Amino acid sequence: MAAAFSVARSSCGLINGLRTSLRGLAPLKHGAVAASVPGTGLHRGCRRYSVGHLSVKERVDEKRRAALVGGGQSRIDAQHKRGKLTARERVQLLLDPESFVETDMFVEHRCSDFAMEQDRNKFPGDSVVTGRGRINGRLVYVFSQDFTVFGGSLSGAHAQKICKIMDQAMTVGAPVIGLNDSGGARIQEGVESLAGYADIFLRNVLASGVVPQISLIMGPCAGGAVYSPALTDFTFMVKDTSYLFITGPDVVKSVTNEDVTQEELGGFCLLCNSIFFYFQLVADLSLSSFSDRLVPSLDTIVPFESTKAYDMLDIIQSIVDERDFFEIMPNYAKNIVVGFARMNGRTVGIVGNQPKVASGCLDINSSVKGARFVRFCDAFNIPIITFVDVPGFLPGTAQEYGGIIRHGAKLLFAFAEATVPKITIITRKAYGGAYDVMSSKHLRGDVNYAWPSAEVAVMGAKGAVQIIFRGKENQAEAEAEYVEKFANPFPAAVRGFVDDIIEPSTTRKKICRDLEVLASKKQVNPWKKHANIPL
Amino acid sequence: MAAHGLPPSLSRLLFAVKYGSLQSRCCALHSKAQYSTVHNPGEKTFDKILIANRGEIACRVRLLDTLINFEHMNSHTCKKMGIQTVAVHSDVDSSAVHAKMADEAVCVGPAPTSKSYLNMDAIMDAIRATGAQAVHPGYGFLSENKEFAKRLAAEGVAFIGPDTHAIQAMGDKIESKLIAKAAKVNTIPGFDGVVETVEEAVKIAQEIGYPVMIKASAGGGGKGMRISWNDEETREGFRFSSQEAASSFGDDRLLIEKYIDNPRHIEIQVLADKHGNALWLNERECSIQRRNQKVVEEAPSTFLDPETRRLMGEQAVQLAKAVQYSSAGTVEFLVDSKKNFYFLEMNTRLQVEHPITECITGLDLVEQMIRVAKGYQLHHKQEDIPINGWAIESRVYDPYKSFGLPSIGRLSQYQEPLNLSNVRVDSGIQEGSDISIYYDPMISKLVTYGATRAEALAKMEDALDNYVIRGVTHNIPLLREIITHPRFISGDISTNFLPEVYPDGFKGHQLEADKRRELLASAAALYITAQLRSQKVLGGLRVSSAPVECNHWELCVELGDGRHAMEVTKSGDVFTVEVDGGTVEVSGQWNLASPLLPLTINGSHRMLQVTTHTHTHFQLRVLSKLAAELNSYMPEKVPEDTSSILRSPMPGTIVAVSVKPGDTVAAGQEICVIEAMKMQNSLTAVKQAKVKSVHCKPGETVGEGDLLVELE
Repeated sequence: MAAAFSVARSSCGLINGLRTSLRGLAPLKHGAVAASVPGTGLHRGCRRYSVGHLSVKERVDEKRRAALVGGGQSRIDAQHKRGKLTARERVQLLLDPESFVETDMFVEHRCSDFAMEQDRNKFPGDSVVTGRGRINGRLVYVFSQDFTVFGGSLSGAHAQKICKIMDQAMTVGAPVIGLNDSGGARIQEGVESLAGYADIFLRNVLASGVVPQISLIMGPCAGGAVYSPALTDFTFMVKDTSYLFITGPDVVKSVTNEDVTQEELGGFCLLCNSIFFYFQLVADLSLSSFSDRLVPSLDTIVPFESTKAYDMLDIIQSIVDERDFFEIMPNYAKNIVVGFARMNGRTVGIVGNQPKVASGCLDINSSVKGARFVRFCDAFNIPIITFVDVPGFLPGTAQEYGGIIRHGAKLLFAFAEATVPKITIITRKAYGGAYDVMSSKHLRGDVNYAWPSAEVAVMGAKGAVQIIFRGKENQAEAEAEYVEKFANPFPAAVRGFVDDIIEPSTTRKKICRDLEVLASKKQVNPWKKHANIPL
Repeated sequence: MAAHGLPPSLSRLLFAVKYGSLQSRCCALHSKAQYSTVHNPGEKTFDKILIANRGEIACRVRLLDTLINFEHMNSHTCKKMGIQTVAVHSDVDSSAVHAKMADEAVCVGPAPTSKSYLNMDAIMDAIRATGAQAVHPGYGFLSENKEFAKRLAAEGVAFIGPDTHAIQAMGDKIESKLIAKAAKVNTIPGFDGVVETVEEAVKIAQEIGYPVMIKASAGGGGKGMRISWNDEETREGFRFSSQEAASSFGDDRLLIEKYIDNPRHIEIQVLADKHGNALWLNERECSIQRRNQKVVEEAPSTFLDPETRRLMGEQAVQLAKAVQYSSAGTVEFLVDSKKNFYFLEMNTRLQVEHPITECITGLDLVEQMIRVAKGYQLHHKQEDIPINGWAIESRVYDPYKSFGLPSIGRLSQYQEPLNLSNVRVDSGIQEGSDISIYYDPMISKLVTYGATRAEALAKMEDALDNYVIRGVTHNIPLLREIITHPRFISGDISTNFLPEVYPDGFKGHQLEADKRRELLASAAALYITAQLRSQKVLGGLRVSSAPVECNHWELCVELGDGRHAMEVTKSGDVFTVEVDGGTVEVSGQWNLASPLLPLTINGSHRMLQVTTHTHTHFQLRVLSKLAAELNSYMPEKVPEDTSSILRSPMPGTIVAVSVKPGDTVAAGQEICVIEAMKMQNSLTAVKQAKVKSVHCKPGETVGEGDLLVELE
């Protein structure tokens, strides 16, 4: 009997408990404002504009403390164990000491579904750290996603914080650097999260060409999130710990039945921890360099046999200041070399065909790589120096089906529309349409030089002779005649298509002087809403 | 001060600190170091000489104003003598220095030496086409080729060297020993004759008693030579030596002789005319050798007393007279610890290391060779030949990975230490030259001179520190280590010096604690200089920049596996660095664009070279304190397990593959043989394993790092 009673009581307790929890759920269901104002403080009736026993200052301090540890020590440890740093550590490392000025440390997410409104699910600052700071004294805006808070997932508030600093960066004209380490959208928030992405995308697009935007992928970056890095000017990835893909291996498996790893799907394609370097480069430096330096080694760099390869990087490194060349995408489309360097302290963008890889021909990938780089330089007023040794566009069905015409046109378009100072050096071959494309005189090249080894022609001797003298005997003699007539810089020079034929060793000296003169170059394209680059 | 890690421009840099004093010892050149024979313009020799060689020796014979700065000792002999020169070159050498410097240059064929520099038909054509009256063969190539001398004689062209008879007699190691014995020259016990088979080789070796030396009968310069301590090595050595001999000299005959342990290699320069006069021009100590290739030479030797020198000299002259030798030649001896000396061989040509003899005797050997070839008598008597001062030669070349294998590349930066006095650099290259796979990997011969040995050595140290070579690996760290080694300084050397001092290969300079502090401090000072510079912007920043002028930094430098925390303060140009419990002051006005960074460390001058090479220099990484702390969270990169894969250590040709998939190999067993720079290198298994796959076949050309064989 006693036992039965006790059971009844305990079940009663159970019901009571249930009731309470239902009551707790009710506000959620109706979307009413939930957590923030626990009643007790008000009852005390004091005028401290605060809750509980804490003053505002104490609350501020507490929130700041909470913000600084993000998702808590255990999550920080987990992050370290993965060989990754926390959002704040990264910011600290990236920026000059004590230069970080944080904004929106108190922002919290506004989601109230799935118990998200509970205090334990609120983190001051949410899953991103934003603010501004300096890199080598230069102002930059930074956001750094915090993987320790909800896996760095993007909430409406998170997106709002990012948008805020992007807007500020645009108003003052400073670069934006995003340190991405996020699991993706915050699923609890649903469409609000998607809206957040779109807000960021819009700003990425509007800021494009206004301020430089750089993305650093320092962890996973999947789904919709990938489009923000894709819209920025440069994307750097950390080897081994970062991934960039639209859909993860599980989804791929379920849709196409392919077995792939994260690494295969979106492992690093470009290793560069050298963001600092980039910043040093994009600002002009007052260096104590030798602008009049002669480079004797260039006189022998181009081999006599036009079939033999050489390394375009050798030329670039010996011409630029201190042999410092910051190559962009060194592992992709290696038949074209692009990157930044300085000439007498001034930042320049360098584009060069790489004879060492696929003879330096232009194909789909190299055209797109070059075009994007040229447009970046043009957008941010960085002069372009082009080294030409190009045997033409790569022939073949793979290229034609892949759209070499459209993609090749991008490079042509980019060079043609660029209004920054453009200096071109033809080191050896400049054949066919590729000659036109590679910043030729006809595309408003400011200064076009040829080395004595230059061959500006429609095509190589052998092919040309087979067409001109089809069916004729004595092809060898005809070939020799063609070589004599065309495989040299004179046909271009007599028509004024190159300004001068120069000794290779004087190239640096000449470029430095030309850049000084061209610093005041003014050129405007006709007004238009925007051009229609063949995408 | 930016604390954000390392700017990659610096982080990947490696610092080669060479602890050498910068104070230039501007002592006047010893007056007697000039050539004692002033050229007599009335003495007519030839109008035009063809130089059948390449590289530094072709330039040496010809004319190279810029390369020499011995004030009165110019080594461009032909120019001095008013002789026109004709260069021959292969097609890849068409822009080489020697071809550009000559009055005329003729291409004699494609890159492989057998088709160009050894192509007698083409060279004879070049002689006819240019009307050259004489040919100087330099060293190597056709210099000791009797056929070539015969063909020249048939066309009435003078060969600047000895007669065919002497070349033939001395060129064959077996015959030369017989002649030497007959001329009462001390010889090494051994087997004189051609060894036909492996078994015969083993039998002879056992009779002579181990250790024995197996070498190519026609060879020289260390090629085709192997030392053997037991029957197994004899078999292997026989096979290698005959292959190398066949590929290098087209003659696979071998001989075997007693190997003298711990010997010195000392050679006597002789000079003879066609009138029966012969002189000995003192000795050269060439004991510092690697695989029988000379590395550092000096003249005179610290070891010889005047009596031994005289005995050796007289025997050398006896031998020269016995073969009616004319022109310059070298008689090589092995000298044991009791100053017993044994005839080794006679080189019937100008030696690589002849400049040191020129330095101490004041004779221009090339000029003398030309005079002798024309038939003039020697001016000098034996008692006229002096030993004035001391000269040291370092062969700067392109080794590969510690002691091992040759590499190739393009000299992206090159600056010879000609700003120093009493330095002579014989080189045939310039910035932008290729160190070609086809030819000798020597970059230059660096010769320094001093009134005393100590002076010459100090000068050598300076010269090595001021030598800028980028783009190819080089042996300057090793050279510097040798000439500053206590054993070398005391003169306690033998041909085993390098294997004894560096039994596991040269691993780079080992730093003592104070030197390490200096290196760390220099790295920190340089890092900060670069950091401060990168904050300066042309025209200034729109937003006012740097918070406060910073002059105190906390850094962490990684050197090898060690981490060193340091505190740096800067006042004016002086950095005070506290590291590892010591304080170092570093100062200097640097142009970071220059390859040489002179700096003052604790009051003494040092020369610092910042390189992008990972050779035997020191690799340092400067981090801010914060970055160093956070760095501990970064995962270690796991290096590839290389024990089961065999990659090609250098570009070259596969000569033989001794395994096939499925074979089981023992640790140390030969897997394949790769030939590069005319040397055959045996690649062996590091562990016992089964061969998984073979990715190369004999005759195939492979690049550096190519996968050759995979083990399971």
